[in-house]
Amino acid sequence: MISDAPALQQTSEPAESAAAPSRVARYARPLLGLLLPLTLALGWELVVWLGWSNGRLVPPPSRVFATIAELARSGELVRHIVATLWRVSLGFAFGVVAGTLLGAVSGYWSLARRLLDPTVQALRAIPSLAWVPLFILWLGIFETSKVVLIAVGVFFPVYLGVMGAILSVDRKIVEVGRTFRLSGFAMIRRILLPAVLPAYVVSLRVGLGLGWMFVVAAELIGASEGLGYLLLDGQQLGKPAQILAAIVIFAILGKLTDWLIEVAAAPFLRWQDAFGRAKGA
Amino acid sequence: MLALDRVSKTYPNGVAALARFSAEIRQGEIIAIIGGSGCGKSTLLRAIAGLDRASSGTVTLDNEAIASPHAKIGIIFQEPRLLPWLSVADNIGFGLADLAAPERREKVARALERVGLADKAQAWPRELSGGQAQRVAIARALVPQPEVLLLDEPFSALDAFTRRDLQDHLLDLWADTRPTLILVTHDVDEAVVLADRVLVMRPRPGRLFDQIEINLARPRDRHSPLFENFKRSVLTSLDRSLDRSVPDRDATQGPGQAMWW
Ligand SMILES: Nc1ncnc2c1ncn2[C@@H]1O[C@H](COP(=O)(O)OP(=O)(O)O)[C@@H](O)[C@H]1O
Ligand SMILES: [Mg+2]
Repeated sequence: MISDAPALQQTSEPAESAAAPSRVARYARPLLGLLLPLTLALGWELVVWLGWSNGRLVPPPSRVFATIAELARSGELVRHIVATLWRVSLGFAFGVVAGTLLGAVSGYWSLARRLLDPTVQALRAIPSLAWVPLFILWLGIFETSKVVLIAVGVFFPVYLGVMGAILSVDRKIVEVGRTFRLSGFAMIRRILLPAVLPAYVVSLRVGLGLGWMFVVAAELIGASEGLGYLLLDGQQLGKPAQILAAIVIFAILGKLTDWLIEVAAAPFLRWQDAFGRAKGA
Repeated sequence: MLALDRVSKTYPNGVAALARFSAEIRQGEIIAIIGGSGCGKSTLLRAIAGLDRASSGTVTLDNEAIASPHAKIGIIFQEPRLLPWLSVADNIGFGLADLAAPERREKVARALERVGLADKAQAWPRELSGGQAQRVAIARALVPQPEVLLLDEPFSALDAFTRRDLQDHLLDLWADTRPTLILVTHDVDEAVVLADRVLVMRPRPGRLFDQIEINLARPRDRHSPLFENFKRSVLTSLDRSLDRSVPDRDATQGPGQAMWW
């Protein structure tokens, strides 16, 4: 659902280059994007309301929201959201730590890259879901195997992002560091880290998207709680409104967590925003 | 004094970029290095900066051998190479990390004032024009007060008007603390307007071909007949340096003996 790499500049505020109509444009542009889904939803609502369709397989928005409200009232919703968020958070944390460490080592140290990278690339070629049976055998069907699966999904984009970012740091900028006699830790802190940060944030966002994808997979395989469980339960009991409700909540949570990363990184990437503005996004 | 003693550089791919380059440069002198493309000018500058090690020969500054970047030697490249994540002020203060914050701020403010960019202190490098960015690079290199400032074609990416402006500005800044300037350039006009002494290099392998003293008082009038004369002699020397039938001058000969004019 949100596995594509969101380009940083595009999600930052729209351009202010055209001075006069900018305020209108700022609000009009996202609204324009909402037009199509809203029209479709309202249209479908109308179709069901007029009785042209019973909306059993494709429930109208009102019924989806009623389901969400119902789940919320009973406390079920919070329980499922907490379970899913917890899995994603743990898996994301492990994946990010491992991906960052190994990616940094591979990017910084060419011997490690030669040792490590071929293996990682080979593992990456395996569709990660193929690991599921093995993880279940090794780790059981409970939390551990789910968290590991999510962590695996998060690991690869973060690893690749960090390694690639370090490898593509502009040699000319590193040389500026050298002329000021930076070395070792100072070079990392004052040159490499800031240079790598934008790509790192992108890789975190991609990783998070994969984490959400994999949590669905993990919970579909077997869980007694979680949004994925709601999906499965909805399917087995023939409750499409519940499935759609879970999907809507996945979308909201996915967008929200992605936005959190964006907001947390924004103060460090202000210099890039300036770039986006100058380009006229 | 900066002493270059038979500095040679052969790259791992076998290219002899620099061969036995010797020169003695007084403190505060302005040297222009001119020569065809690929004759080892950048290689020489990088060896002096301590960025690349010479294959043989030595660079010594006040009797101290230079093998790695040195606090007394600053360098400015053809591109400004500003750090895009730092504001203009922080870029200028980049080399002052050892100073206490108030002192650093004060030095940076003064440098900003000096290069005429006080209003850009909080701007990002992206927001600067090419000329402004190069001014920031000059300020960044000068603010730690190096004894030697190396400049590798610093103005060649700028338009003619901005280039002249920055040449004058560089001289202005130089007068503050009078560091040694070693400036690589393609531009004869630039060499003659700035330098006390022009070193002409010739390629394959890169080596010193000729030296021309520019005995002209500053500020120099680019349109005076004397200026034209110096330009002509530099151009003549450059032409001869590219003419393979002209032999190298005897290396033992003293500086400034341009014999053919
Ligand atoms: N890193 C390098 N590796 C191999 N050859 C190089 C390298 N840098 C420069 N050269 C070669 O050395 C010679 C001198 O280069 P350079 O010093 O850059 O000349 P200039 O600055 O005068 O144009 C050229 O023939 C160039 O191709
Ligand atoms: Mg060069």
